[in-house]
Amino acid sequence: MKFIEEYRDAELGKKLIARIHQRSTKPARLMEFCGGHTVSIAKHGIRQLLPPTVTMLSGPGCPVCVTASADLDKAIALARLPGVIITTFGDMIKVPASRSSLQQVKAEGGDIRIVYSTLDALKIAQENPSKSVVFIGIGFETTAPTVAASILQAQQQKIDNYYVLSLHKICPPVVKALLDSGEVKLDGIVCPGHVSAIIGSHPYEFIPRDYGIACVISGFEPLDILQCVDMLVAQIESGQPTVEIAYKRGVKPEGNKIALELMDRVFEVCDGNWRGIGTVPGSGLRLRKKYQRYDAERNFEFYPGEPVEPKGCICGDILRAVKTPPDCKLFRKVCNPEHPVGPCMVSSEGSCAAYYQYGEGYGR
Amino acid sequence: MEDKILLAHGSGGKLSHDLVKQNFLPLFDNAFLNKLDDSAVFELQGRLAFTTDSYVVNPIFFPGGDIGKLAVCGTVNDLSMMGAVPKYLSIGLIIEEGLLMSELKRVMDSMRKAAQEAAVKIVTGDTKVVNKGGADRLFINSSGVGVIPQGVDISGSNARVGDKVILSGSIGDHGIAVISQREGLQFSSSVKSDCAPLNRLVAEMLASGAGIHCMRDPTRGGLASTLNEFASSSNAGIRIYEQSLPVHEGVQAACEMLGFDPLYVANEGKLVAVVAAKVAEKLIDIMHKNKYGKEAAIIGEVVPEHPGRVVMKTRMGASRIVDMLVGEQLPRIC
Repeated sequence: MKFIEEYRDAELGKKLIARIHQRSTKPARLMEFCGGHTVSIAKHGIRQLLPPTVTMLSGPGCPVCVTASADLDKAIALARLPGVIITTFGDMIKVPASRSSLQQVKAEGGDIRIVYSTLDALKIAQENPSKSVVFIGIGFETTAPTVAASILQAQQQKIDNYYVLSLHKICPPVVKALLDSGEVKLDGIVCPGHVSAIIGSHPYEFIPRDYGIACVISGFEPLDILQCVDMLVAQIESGQPTVEIAYKRGVKPEGNKIALELMDRVFEVCDGNWRGIGTVPGSGLRLRKKYQRYDAERNFEFYPGEPVEPKGCICGDILRAVKTPPDCKLFRKVCNPEHPVGPCMVSSEGSCAAYYQYGEGYGR
Repeated sequence: MEDKILLAHGSGGKLSHDLVKQNFLPLFDNAFLNKLDDSAVFELQGRLAFTTDSYVVNPIFFPGGDIGKLAVCGTVNDLSMMGAVPKYLSIGLIIEEGLLMSELKRVMDSMRKAAQEAAVKIVTGDTKVVNKGGADRLFINSSGVGVIPQGVDISGSNARVGDKVILSGSIGDHGIAVISQREGLQFSSSVKSDCAPLNRLVAEMLASGAGIHCMRDPTRGGLASTLNEFASSSNAGIRIYEQSLPVHEGVQAACEMLGFDPLYVANEGKLVAVVAAKVAEKLIDIMHKNKYGKEAAIIGEVVPEHPGRVVMKTRMGASRIVDMLVGEQLPRIC
């Protein structure tokens, strides 16, 4: 099993590209909702290969980027508490919040550690029984089940100094919020691959039914994405939008039942606060009452202060696909991966970072 | 109990002396070192290249090598990339108290083997031991001096439009081999570090005649960073082809899993050269005959467009910028 080379085959790719060019007559405005797709599209130069009828837009799919400043401020306030060890995925530590970043707090002496999984965070909790270990729970339905599992494990192993700051978000409600806002006209959606591996394809069914928009769940390799675009174009041309899976090796229509059950056991749905979008009803996850003793928000007293958005940064507009990174006055000039102003330039899955790094279409 | 390195081994007293005499001298046996004078004294003729590098790789043993082999090969390669024939090396050890004597011996022995293969002599050295926590097991500094043959002029600023870009083999092996052993991230992988002395390969390339304009070993920052250095120093555009880049399957798979791009992953036994177009094919033939150049390939060319920039044609036919590495992809890999 290789599963990499096969999905990067140039000959197959060229055939798919030719078919898309041949098929596409109507305007097809497509949005991807996953940061992984944003990066892959930029990295493989997919936009350059598509006919002028097809426009690819990037949506709010990077978990780091969509974390609201107010929520980041909470993480920073927690990090400043004595006796607290913050554990987090790497990209988070560089994101500028209202007045500081986790990186800065770390430099000032805060104990902030990058982990690759929640299991590492649990281990740190076990090794430091006199400290409180807080894991910053970010991400969509992809990461939430692993965080749920860590809480159950903490309970089982009686690790009583482990906490989670749940900033988790769920995907379908924000798609609905974006479509309801009417700010961006879409004809098709490149549905996320990993999120769909957990939730399956059914939660997207309202999109073609209520909004008449085509949906195809895609993998992350160039051939996956080209196939997805081809299927979306076919739906758009036929005027019969539906939900299809172009990523059958990863996604089943019913999703991953075990992961869904885990998530449901530990978390309940709440309102989610999204950068650039605001509060979206039913789009967040918080710990159920039964697991409150692991909830960082409920177990620490901290004062994050009033959130402030970075001046001139249009990450919010970019996350809603109202603007693209080159539309931003700060892009490349003031804001770059070494000195990021907004989160979309920090995260490896952010739109600005992807545009910056791969310089879409340069030197063609 | 197993023998461990104690603070006294670095004190300059009896234990230091014994360590050097019993363990180091027999390994590196040469007239310069055996004298144990304050400096090695030797004569060299012609233009010299002189380089230094410190090695702090974590972990110190990894598939395909260890910190000792790395220290010798790294310094040999830095000299070789200037076209120099590496001659003499120094080795400075900074040891954390408590390192197992057997581990130190293992490292020293692989240094001996690497020096032997590269035909260089370790002529001077130093050993310090620091308190527990003062270093991470073992750090090595090594410096080297080599002689540049007449007529050789290699520099990152010599790339000219029309030149070809040559790579001596697959990319990313060292970085992935090291990270696969990293605590907290261990994954089973068949990837081995490519750590190797390249001086013979370089000598064979140079012996074929003129035409090598730029040459560097793409270590930290990977191939992408080295190509950007060439593009920037020469103010030239470099175009490479994704299809022609050799990447081993295990490296590709690990990169996908970890979110790395092999273009930015470190190598320790590869060279990338910018050469005159008319000698490119001939050089590739010569490199294929050396065990460290078996997978050598022409991966791109120097173009008049986008001076200072590296652009890659993707397999699907699109193009994208290959930028310098921003931030750090893998911490401490050499």
